[in-house]
Amino acid sequence: MSGVLVVMEHQDRSGSPSPSRISLEALAAGQHLAKELGIDCSAAVLGEGIGSLAEQLSGKALTKVFAVEHTLLTQYTADGYVHALQQLIRKTTPGYVLFPHTYQVRDFAPALATRFQQVLISDVIAIHASSGGAPILVRQLFQGKLNADYRPITTQQAPCFLSIQAGSFRSDSLQNSATPAPIEPFAVDLAPAQIRTTPSAPFRESANTVDLAAAPIIVSVGRGIREQENIALVKTLADALGAELAASRPICDAGWLPMERQVGSSGQTVSPKLYLAVGISGAIQHLVGMKGSKTIIAINKDENAPIFEVADYGVAGDLFEIVPALTKAILAAKG
Amino acid sequence: MKIIVAIKQVPERDAQIIVAPDGKGVDDRDLAYTINEPDAYALEEALQLKEKNGGEVIALCAGPDRVASTLREALAKGADRAIHVNAGDLAQRDTLALAQLLADAIRPESPDLILTGLQSDDLGLGQTGVVLAELLGMPHATLIMHVEATSSGLRVKRELEDGWFQHLDMPLPALLTIQSGGNKLRYATLMGIKKAKSKPTATITASPATVPPTIELTRVYLPEKQKRTQMLTGTPAEIAVQLVEKLQSEVRVL
Ligand SMILES: Cc1cc2nc3c(=O)[nH]c(=O)nc-3n(C[C@H](O)[C@H](O)[C@H](O)COP(=O)(O)OP(=O)(O)OC[C@H]3O[C@@H](n4cnc5c(N)ncnc54)[C@H](O)[C@@H]3O)c2cc1C
Ligand SMILES: Nc1ncnc2c1ncn2[C@@H]1O[C@H](COP(=O)(O)O)[C@@H](O)[C@H]1O
Repeated sequence: MSGVLVVMEHQDRSGSPSPSRISLEALAAGQHLAKELGIDCSAAVLGEGIGSLAEQLSGKALTKVFAVEHTLLTQYTADGYVHALQQLIRKTTPGYVLFPHTYQVRDFAPALATRFQQVLISDVIAIHASSGGAPILVRQLFQGKLNADYRPITTQQAPCFLSIQAGSFRSDSLQNSATPAPIEPFAVDLAPAQIRTTPSAPFRESANTVDLAAAPIIVSVGRGIREQENIALVKTLADALGAELAASRPICDAGWLPMERQVGSSGQTVSPKLYLAVGISGAIQHLVGMKGSKTIIAINKDENAPIFEVADYGVAGDLFEIVPALTKAILAAKG
Repeated sequence: MKIIVAIKQVPERDAQIIVAPDGKGVDDRDLAYTINEPDAYALEEALQLKEKNGGEVIALCAGPDRVASTLREALAKGADRAIHVNAGDLAQRDTLALAQLLADAIRPESPDLILTGLQSDDLGLGQTGVVLAELLGMPHATLIMHVEATSSGLRVKRELEDGWFQHLDMPLPALLTIQSGGNKLRYATLMGIKKAKSKPTATITASPATVPPTIELTRVYLPEKQKRTQMLTGTPAEIAVQLVEKLQSEVRVL
C-alpha cells in the first residue's frame, strides 16, 4: 500500500470531455497529500474513448494516469464504477484514494470503501501532516458549525478513502511537469449483468423564468424567516433595492418560493454585485452557489453562523428587527 | 410493498452546539432532539408509496433510549411499526459498524424497499444508506426526489448538480437515499398520536462492536475564522444607516 490515487470526474455535456474543476481541486489535494507523506500521486479517469481526457492530465506532476476504459463505463452507474475501481485499486494498491465530493462520488464511493472494509472520510476540507504518520483530515459537523479532525487508522491492507469538498483546495495550485506522465490503459472485467440500475439521460426541468445569474443584486432568504407569510418582509426589502429574491433550499422545499429561485449546489450559481443573505446559516451546499458574489452581507441572529465566514459585512441580530429598519433606511436614502 | 425507513435522531436545528469538555464531541446535556430532516422526507415517501401500492412501513432507528420519541413520532405519522436498535455507544462505532447494526436488524424482515435520508444534519457523512445497500447486496440510488413502482421494480428521479435530474430504473429489493423537497411533509394528527400508542415497537439490543473502527475522531472545535467579516453593531436603526452607507459608497448599488 503506497501512493495516492485521485479518481477524476469529467463533464462531457458539451462534446469533448474535460476534467471537472472540482476534480482538479481533488487532484491538487492529492498532490499536497503525496508531498506531505513523500509518496507518489497518480490519477485515474473512467469511461469510454477517454484518451484525450487522460492526455489533458498527463501534463500534471503525476506518476501515472490510469485510463480505465470499458463500454459499460460510458454512462455512469454505481455498479460499473464500484467494480472498475475495485479492480484498479486491487491491482495498483494505493495507500490513499481521493475523490472530489460530488453527487456522483456520494453515490458510489461509500460502497467502494465498504468492499475494502473501510469507511469513506467524506467532504474533507483540509489535510494536515501529523507526527504519527497518518495525516489529520478535517471535515465539518453540524452543517459547518463545527470542525472535526479525523485520523485514519491504517491497516496497510486497505487504502484510506476520502472525498474533498469543493473550494477547499485550489486547482491553480496544481503542479505541472515538463515530462508528461505516462498514460496506462487499464482493462476492466465487467459484464452487463453486473450493472443493476438502468440510467436515462440527464434532463432539466422546464426553462427557468427567472435568471438569477444575470441579476446584479440578490436578496436571499433562509429558514430564519420561520413562516411563509413572513417572506413578504424580505420581498419588500428586495423591491426597495431593485433586487431579485432568492432562497435557500428549505424555503423552496416547503414550496414558499419556486425552486427556480434556489441558490446552491442543486440550484443556481450566482455572482451578483451584492448578495444579501437573510436568515441563512451558510451550509456548504448553499455557499458554493453564492460565494463568488462581489459583496456579501449577512443578517443572522447566530454570531457563529458559517455564513459569516464568507460575508464582507455581517449583522448578528434579529432579522425581524433589522430587515424593516433597513428597508426604511433604503427608501429614505432613495428619497 | 414492505418498506423500511431508516431514521436518525439528531439535535434540533436551532440547538446551541457546544464542544464537550474532552474536545472530542459535543456536549449533549441540554440538547433537544428531532428527526433528521431528509429522513422525514424518506418517511413521507414511504407512506405515500404504501398509500398507492399497499404494504407496510417500518421505522428503524439505532440509538440510545431517547430515540424512542422519534420512533413514536414516525408511528404517529403513519408508520405501522418500529424497530429500535438500542445502542448507547454509536459515537464509538464508524459508519461501517453502524450500517452492520442496521443490516442485522433489516435482514430478518426481508423488505422490498429500504429508504434512508441522503445525509444526517449532525455528522453529515452522507453514506450510511449506500454502505447499507452494499452490506445487504442490494442495488441503490442516491439523492432521490421521486419514486414510482413499475412492473419490473422502480423508476426513480435522481437529483444531479445545478438543477439537472435523471431517471433510473431498478429491480427490487433496493435501497434509496431520499433528498428533501420531493413531497410535502405531513403532520401527525391527534388520531395518529393516539393510534401510535398501540403500535408495536421491537427493541433489539445492539451487540458490542466487534471490529475496531477505521477512523478516529481526535478533536472537535469551532472553525477558525479565515475571513475578516466587518460586523456592524448598534440599534436596528443605527445598523440600517451603516448598511445604507456601505451600499452607497462601497457596494455602489444605491
Ligand atoms: C446534496 C445536498 C444538496 C443541497 N443543495 C442545496 C442548495 O442547492 N441550496 C441550499 O440552500 N441548500 C442546499 N442543501 C441544504 C443545506 O445543506 C442546508 O440544509 C440549507 O442550506 C440550510 O438552509 P438555511 O440556511 O435556510 O436553514 P438553516 O440551516 O436552518 O439556518 C437558518 C438560519 O437562520 C438563523 N435565524 C433564525 N432565526 C433568525 C432571526 N430571527 N433573525 C436572524 N437569523 C435567524 C439561524 O441562526 C440559522 O443560522 C443541500 C443539502 C444536500 C445534502
Ligand atoms: N443511528 C441511525 N439509525 C437509523 N438510521 C440512521 C442512523 N444513522 C444514519 N441513519 C440513516 O442514514 C442516513 C445518512 O446518514 P449519514 O451517513 O450519517 O449522513 C440518515 O439520513 C438516516 O436515514
